[in-house]
Amino acid sequence: MSNNLKNGNETDLKRRDVLKGLATVPVLGLFLINLWKKMRRDALKKANLLSDLVQEKSPPSVISGLSDTRHLNLGIIGYGGRGSHLVRGAGFATKQWTDIVSENARKNKLDKQFKTFMTQEDLNCSLIGVCDLFDVRADQGIDASKNEVRPGGKPKNSAIRYHHYTELLANKDIDAVIVATPDHWHSRITIDAAKAGKHVYCEKGLTRTFDEAVDVYDTVKQTGITFQLGHQNRQVEANDKAKEIIDQGLLGPINLVELTTNRNSPWGAWVWGIHPEGNAKTIDWETYQEPSPNKIPFGEEALRRFFRWRCWYDYGTGLSGDLLSHDFDTINQIMGMGIPKYASSTGGVYFYKDGRDVPDVWNATFEYPDKDLTILYSATLSSNDSRGNRIMGHDATMLMGGQSGGGSIHGFTVSADSGSTQYKERLESGIINQRYPIYTYTAGSKQIDGVTSATARYFANKGLLYTYREGKRVDPTHLHIKDWLDSIRSNSQPKCNIEVAFHEAVACHMATESYLTGRRIEWDPVNRKLI
Amino acid sequence: MRFAGSSVINNKCQLYGLVTLRVLIGWHFLYEGVSKLINPYWSSAAYLLDSKGWFSGLAETIVSNPNFLSISDYVNMWGLTLVGVSLVLGIFSKYFSLIGMCFVLLYYLFAPPLLGFEYSKPGEGSYLIVNKNLIEACALWVIYSFPTSHIIGIDRFLSNSEVSS
Repeated sequence: MSNNLKNGNETDLKRRDVLKGLATVPVLGLFLINLWKKMRRDALKKANLLSDLVQEKSPPSVISGLSDTRHLNLGIIGYGGRGSHLVRGAGFATKQWTDIVSENARKNKLDKQFKTFMTQEDLNCSLIGVCDLFDVRADQGIDASKNEVRPGGKPKNSAIRYHHYTELLANKDIDAVIVATPDHWHSRITIDAAKAGKHVYCEKGLTRTFDEAVDVYDTVKQTGITFQLGHQNRQVEANDKAKEIIDQGLLGPINLVELTTNRNSPWGAWVWGIHPEGNAKTIDWETYQEPSPNKIPFGEEALRRFFRWRCWYDYGTGLSGDLLSHDFDTINQIMGMGIPKYASSTGGVYFYKDGRDVPDVWNATFEYPDKDLTILYSATLSSNDSRGNRIMGHDATMLMGGQSGGGSIHGFTVSADSGSTQYKERLESGIINQRYPIYTYTAGSKQIDGVTSATARYFANKGLLYTYREGKRVDPTHLHIKDWLDSIRSNSQPKCNIEVAFHEAVACHMATESYLTGRRIEWDPVNRKLI
Repeated sequence: MRFAGSSVINNKCQLYGLVTLRVLIGWHFLYEGVSKLINPYWSSAAYLLDSKGWFSGLAETIVSNPNFLSISDYVNMWGLTLVGVSLVLGIFSKYFSLIGMCFVLLYYLFAPPLLGFEYSKPGEGSYLIVNKNLIEACALWVIYSFPTSHIIGIDRFLSNSEVSS
């Protein structure tokens, strides 16, 4: 009996031990059941969101190999801020620049500018001609052509300075030229270069006037040169993804596109520094102002106009050619807009009363009756309140982050519309929650969608994820130059060729013309005229 | 009332309170770890990039080196998961509570809510010097100091002497 009692006590003790030892195991089971439920719910939710409707396409790869086929000699006409960036895209930077960015990288490990430059593909080209009307910049261009700190190592050749672009074009060894002068020189240089058989990369806006754009178009077509306009946004993968989504009809019928520019700094309003070495001896002012309608003698006003040329219609078209052109080209890339039927614009010089004649607040509308669509452009140079660009569909709106970045690598979000027909059931059943976008795209990251945590979305939208191609962070400007050089070698059309460049130019000139004449401008496609 | 093998846990209320705390923290760690493991795109980079204060230099070094970053990601994903399993099941909980404490303490030190530090990510609460990471670190200190897994947990089978006593 006592033995039985003892055995019973021992069994009880063991059972109690087992129960106490395994007491929390059911908690793990509960965890796993809930985890499974959550994963199933997320998968279901994801399947009903756009992320799965959008056919996944891998980022565009960098086509390599073409650079090896033929060495090209380049010339740069206009080695200013933008010109020097374009030449860096081709693989040539001044020693001063490489010194500064390598020092920055040494101080701050997160500063990838130097690494991005040094890991660019060597485009198998030489910079052999530099033309600039300001001696200091011409010397910088020569220096860039010789600097051995570059992708591909020691340059094969170095550049010669030309005082006039016609001398540079006369050099038969030069295959192609980059034109990064103020706009009033674009058409003349491009036309002469094309006639001299040089391929041309021309900065935007294409020309200063509408008639010049027609002349450039005709000449490029007649001569058959490879022409690229400087809209590097053409290389940005977010725009390809946006095009995919719109082509699949996920926004529904689109009747309104809203493009905006918001800047609020002297730099953003083109009030740029006057170089201390800029004077009558170092600047060829007479040549500079030769194609402009109004001439002034050299002096302080001339210096302002030389370094801040974007502020005057004598040299450019202000917001139209400088900033609208980028946004318009992006929409043309995404939606294939072509030239609008009508354009009108209004605005004024409301904040920067510094003698400029281009408006600092400017609004333009473009009508496409055949597409049932209006493009609205609204710009201010005295507010940073970034409004983004919106493509507004009946079923959803695409909001493209950032603007005026010209080739900005920012992504976009797609949000369902409360009155949507396509998403009606999903909205009613709560699968689509209007508080969150149904699709968020950030370059370099595929997983951002309606299920991804708010934190991940937040960081992605802050731009902490970058554009990568084949594991390397890349500069869209480099890709745009490469696209042009590859097209020269393969005798094909680059992404921003003369056809789409002409769309941009005509649309921008219609809006500029409307502002200057105070009337609505109509495009006559048969006679290629503005009415 | 004294429990076997323990001279500090005096009653059931204390014991159940401590076990509940251990299991809840374990659950939290486990989901933090598993959610990172099942997300192929998760990276500690975003958190580290926003680091301020004492450890921001180290955070920069980790982010700027792809090898360090993948080590950091790996350690975080698996470390959190293992600490979670350990605390929930009560297996080697004493050691893992110490490891867990180090984890949350590091999260605190990489992004302390001190005066003058502004973070990109908006906080989900209001903190001044003390935040939930610091509190969780202290809770794990308590769990380490008042072990319960040898009473309720798999450690009970591993510590024969305590059970038999």
